[in-house]
Amino acid sequence: MVDFKTQEVETDLLILGGGMAATGAAVEAAYWGKQHGLKVTLVDKAAVDRSGAVAMGLSAINQYVGLRDGQNSVKDYVDYVRNDLMGVTREDLVADIARHVDSSVHLFEKWGLPIWKDEKGGYVHEGRWQLMINGESYKVVVAEAAKNALGKENIFERVFIVGPIMDGDKCLGAYGFSVRENTFYVFKAKATLVAMGGAVHVFKPRNSGEGQGRAWYPPWNAGASTFFTLKAGAEMTCQEVRFIPVRFKDAYGPVGAWFLLFKSRATNAFGGEYMVERKPELDNWGAYGKVKPIPANLRNYLGMLDVLAGKGPIYMRTEEAIQKIAAAAGDEKAAKKKLKELEAEAWEDFLDMTISQAILWAASNVSPEERSSEIAAAEPYFIGSHSGASGAWVSGPEDLAPKEYFWGYETMSTVKGVFCAGDASGASSHKFSSGSHAEGRIAAKAAIRYIVKEKPAAPVVAAAKVEALKAETLKPLATFDEFKNATTQQDINPNYIRPKMFQMRLQKLMDEYAGGVTAQFTTSKPLLEKGMELLAFLKEDSEKLGAADLHELMRCWENVHRMYQAEAHVRTVLFREETRWPGYYFRSDFPKLNEDDWHCFVNCKLDPATGQWEMFKRPILHMFKQPGDHELLGG
Amino acid sequence: MPSFVNPEKCDGCKALDKTACQYICPNDLMVLNQDTMKAYNREPEMCWECYNCVKICPTQAVDVRGYADFVPMGASVVPLRSTDSIMWTVKFRNGMIKRFKFPIRTTPEGQAQPAGGWDNKPSIDGPALYTEPESLGLPAVWTK
Repeated sequence: MVDFKTQEVETDLLILGGGMAATGAAVEAAYWGKQHGLKVTLVDKAAVDRSGAVAMGLSAINQYVGLRDGQNSVKDYVDYVRNDLMGVTREDLVADIARHVDSSVHLFEKWGLPIWKDEKGGYVHEGRWQLMINGESYKVVVAEAAKNALGKENIFERVFIVGPIMDGDKCLGAYGFSVRENTFYVFKAKATLVAMGGAVHVFKPRNSGEGQGRAWYPPWNAGASTFFTLKAGAEMTCQEVRFIPVRFKDAYGPVGAWFLLFKSRATNAFGGEYMVERKPELDNWGAYGKVKPIPANLRNYLGMLDVLAGKGPIYMRTEEAIQKIAAAAGDEKAAKKKLKELEAEAWEDFLDMTISQAILWAASNVSPEERSSEIAAAEPYFIGSHSGASGAWVSGPEDLAPKEYFWGYETMSTVKGVFCAGDASGASSHKFSSGSHAEGRIAAKAAIRYIVKEKPAAPVVAAAKVEALKAETLKPLATFDEFKNATTQQDINPNYIRPKMFQMRLQKLMDEYAGGVTAQFTTSKPLLEKGMELLAFLKEDSEKLGAADLHELMRCWENVHRMYQAEAHVRTVLFREETRWPGYYFRSDFPKLNEDDWHCFVNCKLDPATGQWEMFKRPILHMFKQPGDHELLGG
Repeated sequence: MPSFVNPEKCDGCKALDKTACQYICPNDLMVLNQDTMKAYNREPEMCWECYNCVKICPTQAVDVRGYADFVPMGASVVPLRSTDSIMWTVKFRNGMIKRFKFPIRTTPEGQAQPAGGWDNKPSIDGPALYTEPESLGLPAVWTK
């Protein structure tokens, strides 16, 4: 095997990731770092201009509270999020993001993001919290500000982070490798900010051939945040709260504009509207079945029941919605003009953020003003920034958090000096792109404050430790190199497993035993226990991963990351003996909501030294004392 | 396959300091074949069809063919991205063509000022972020 150079980088604050949360962290940290003479370094596995979940663009900003115009209050947003997550949310974290998010949105506009405006100059809302944008270059614009703030010399692109460097319970930074040249990296830092996104392809995707890459959430989000925080020994939360989006079928084009802006209905093949016909089912889900808007997972669930009853396909009635709006525009000429406008808006919605859906429409000769399009539930994803909630258990802000939720620095995990933002922090859903940026900023300021106040010593990593981490990181290359000539076909070799088949093994077991698509999102104790058995074999075999080149080495580690996300998920679903989010997963052995025993967080911890997992409950504490409706809504 | 390269048009970005598509691909898929000096997508089944390679290619050599396992053949969606707008040409399977043009940014490229023109002096101790409270449009950051 070729020699790898070792590059050591010393910094004060290390930002891991390059998406919305990391770029938010970069602009904020650059400001405070400069004031306090601290060095800030950002590491991205791709190119910051187009990395993370917003790499393609977006057609809407999903979190804008509108505090300056008095449109909504912070409490309104907290109520919305808590209800959507069936009562399980950290109000202090959601409130912290909600009080800052408008600031990030106003910055995006200054930086050059086109936000739609009405005749009076106000933002055009898609829904109560959502703004319409021309977002093709959303990430480019946000990345530009981050790069201008931090300076190119402080940004490492195409460096893949494998995991944390630990000394007992202290995090000394991170290690990884370049995917472009044979270099092993050691980043030593006084504080580390984790913002490496959520996880896709843990479950088997619906598209099984070339289209596997067409997951709703991008395939490069591979569980690095979860792996990093777990391996640092951090307490994790809501690992059972996966997210399953209902989107246009197969290409996963967005439905938000159709439901919220165009007020489209969804019906089954027989014209029945599951949200109307299955309304009584909502009574089975406690107070959460009564709130408005109806929680995303319950809406999913009602649609799934129609599919199970053989009433599919389920259609988004695009033609009906468009014709209705056009007809309301006035005379024939006005209606025609409106129709043209709506058509462009409908296509831009896809072209800005899911171009595949535009291809699929064109390839199937679909004109949305003429024909309905199918919608369907996707496969499960781990995305704490959206309507899922998985992530690390982090401290709240001093002025908002109950004392049990506060340990010195907001967004700091239970490991000192390890901060989390975006998909990396849990129980603070519905932050989306803008809220993730805002949370990155909150985390960066807190991390700089931590360095200033705590004055942690410059980390020292022993040479032997560096060598051990390097050998472990490069092991798949060494394994492949050693055995590649043992057979005549490099894919089929009893001495190693290549990352692609490893990924498929993980996806198959998760799909079948942990409630994936083919299991109709349903699982039970016996199924989960069988899944754990297979996961244990997989974990053993991860020692035998083989990689032919740097690209494949990255794929090996991505799949190890996914495997840890999978294990955290299975263990947590197993521990919570109830069904709380029926449209995300269903426990057939505990098919009901159980507020008496399970109105709580389920947290877990991995002891990195022993490999032992600990599962436990944490109480849900409320921030707002005043509202009597709280009790009604599951408080 | 999802993204593919026209060998007639691809010049391997030899006049540039880096191969554009290889530089930008968020999933490390686009790679330059050092023998032919042409780029290719090495793992089409991990392609998100984000079109960043298509948009960045200086010779318009990169295109996308819809996922073969569920998309009928014959359509194409082609962008032309400038510094302030993007033009899309959507060709249907039945031959129909639609064109759309959308703005992409309101400021000159490269000019995004991190502070956005706001000048605050918040303290490291309070909740105010570096542009706050002005960037919120409020006299102070909300607290309980």
